[in-house]
Amino acid sequence: MSILKSAIISSLGTDATFEGRNYPGSVDYCTAPRGKFADAARAMKKVHALLVAEWATDETPFGRGFGVFACYRWGPEYLIVKTALPADDPIFPSISDKFVPASRFERQMKSLMGVVPVGHSDTRPWIKFEDWPEDAWPLRKSFDASKKMARVDGRYKWIRAAGEGVYEIPVGPVHAGIIEPGHFRFQAVGEDIINLEERLGYVHKGIEKRFESLSWHDGARLAGRVSGDTTVAHSLAYCMALESMTGCAVPPRAQWLRALFLERERIANHLGDIGAICNDAAFALMLYQMMRLKEMLLRTNHKLFGHRFIMDRTIPGGVSADIDTEGTGSILAEMDALLKEFERLVVIYDENSSLEDRVRETGILIPDKARQLCVVGIVARGSGLNLDCRTQNPFPPYDRLNVKAPVLISGDVHARAWVRVEEVRESIRIIREILEGLPSGETTSETVIPAPDTSGFSAVEGWRGEIVYWLQAGPMGEVNRCMVRDPSSVNWLGLEQAVHGNIVPDFPVCNKSFNASYSGNDL
Amino acid sequence: MIRILRQIFRTGIVTEPLPPEVEAEIRDIGSKLEESVRKRFSRSLTIRQVDAGSCNGCELEIHAINNPIYNCERFGIHFTASPRFADMLLVTGPVSVNMEVALRRTYNATPPPKLVVAVGDCGCNGGIFGETYASLGGIDKVIPVDAVIPGCPPTPVALLNGILRAIGGK
Repeated sequence: MSILKSAIISSLGTDATFEGRNYPGSVDYCTAPRGKFADAARAMKKVHALLVAEWATDETPFGRGFGVFACYRWGPEYLIVKTALPADDPIFPSISDKFVPASRFERQMKSLMGVVPVGHSDTRPWIKFEDWPEDAWPLRKSFDASKKMARVDGRYKWIRAAGEGVYEIPVGPVHAGIIEPGHFRFQAVGEDIINLEERLGYVHKGIEKRFESLSWHDGARLAGRVSGDTTVAHSLAYCMALESMTGCAVPPRAQWLRALFLERERIANHLGDIGAICNDAAFALMLYQMMRLKEMLLRTNHKLFGHRFIMDRTIPGGVSADIDTEGTGSILAEMDALLKEFERLVVIYDENSSLEDRVRETGILIPDKARQLCVVGIVARGSGLNLDCRTQNPFPPYDRLNVKAPVLISGDVHARAWVRVEEVRESIRIIREILEGLPSGETTSETVIPAPDTSGFSAVEGWRGEIVYWLQAGPMGEVNRCMVRDPSSVNWLGLEQAVHGNIVPDFPVCNKSFNASYSGNDL
Repeated sequence: MIRILRQIFRTGIVTEPLPPEVEAEIRDIGSKLEESVRKRFSRSLTIRQVDAGSCNGCELEIHAINNPIYNCERFGIHFTASPRFADMLLVTGPVSVNMEVALRRTYNATPPPKLVVAVGDCGCNGGIFGETYASLGGIDKVIPVDAVIPGCPPTPVALLNGILRAIGGK
């Protein structure tokens, strides 16, 4: 029995039931009474599990009330705890005192679903803005998403800092560069940041609600636009959750091509990020050199797969783009050229002492904090946490590729940059291996609609980190709920902590080293 | 240092001419364009990019027109940090309800004469996000739009072409 499951059983005993049609079977799924929801969290904390996500469902179409879910991870294991809430009394015990990221998840659940976490110390809304009507809970079935909302008066209560010489710097939502909108409020003394509070939600487009009005097939297109820079990984995570529910067997060739797309997306974004980190430390040469290499990859994508970001090429049941021997040859040649150029630039990065001065010991997220905040992906691996779905929950073909995920413990800007450097190297190796081992055969298989009241889960290692989807089919087999957890939802918390004690001018380089998505967070 | 210099010289100038069909189109609007840029923008066009709710796909391509291969600065186009200095707002969408006020304020902060170009399918009409409680749809639902650049996301060439067309047309 898995460690998480036995921890739940020894803590909750017969109160926890393991049943229901939830997929894939490798994920443990238990139902606990409302009063035991926090006990389950305590049991998970005791065995050093990390919180993956927490979300709510409106299950009135099934004649039930609301559902509240928490998903935990320990090593390769995932476990989901569900508790049911009556429709007329939607309150549940908060787990935010046990898992820090639950504080934001629960604020969001309260804001968008109207389920109230009891014992949560922060009653402010999240994603929902102060000018929304208080009873606007878009994820409830009774909410008409096609109607415009009325605007009301309201004021957001910022965390304040006071004292001699303390001043505030409000930044955003419209930032100075070509980036997404969000608001940062710094409290500083002189140049030193004593506190940073993020306020996100500006690009909330109602994505989770939108899924419920689309067909399962069109959902893959919407997933590809949750965060445009991660289009492959999001579509893939959505498709895998759906395929687990329908028992769809994806042809091996399609699985390998999906991995090829995923690794190409990883390299392209890492190249851009390494360049941008250097640029924020005033080393523009690296930005332009890296952008040049990135452009080379995007052009090859366009030529071979018909889209620069390989958008909409991952579809339920397989992929909609294939590769021939000529294409294989051109990617192999491209990888050779890329690696040669890349290594040259890495030496320049490594030898530049003025750059080193800016990126080392800047924006440190210590391993202890990283663990408390349950951060994922590049941020986790830069702070000593060995988390990577490709090594811990390897779906085909990763079970045969033997991925080596780099882990650094210094937790600074350099660590997060260097994790990317190592990953570019590793992804080049993986792409070569994929192209050598690419099986022949079909690239799509028949897909069917999931059975009513089933759920599907998936976790995919996008370039930022673990992306999680949880799908629930309604009474007619339609989309009843699509929960999206972009890595940014947890990694944004890391940035707030990492900038403490740093100087304000170092914020851009710290921020860039996290490079969290606003759109993926705001949904 | 020697490595940096060697890398610079080895790379050389990688900026490309635009594809022939785009070049031709630019030539077509050439005289008008030159006159308009010279007259209205003193041969330099300053753009403030505003993300009014995009998925960040369009932003990737707007970044790309600044890369050395597309190099938009050769046309006198450059991006500014403040709307106060901008001749053009390059706006990606859909406009989220939570960005509506910020977009209006940015528009009002931009001195006239100003051009607004809506970028991407979502900027044009809301795209896959449609018009919902959280998404107002295309940019023209909130501020006046002078030109549109469709695509999901539009390629760098389409972006450059669209920007040049927008200033040529006015």
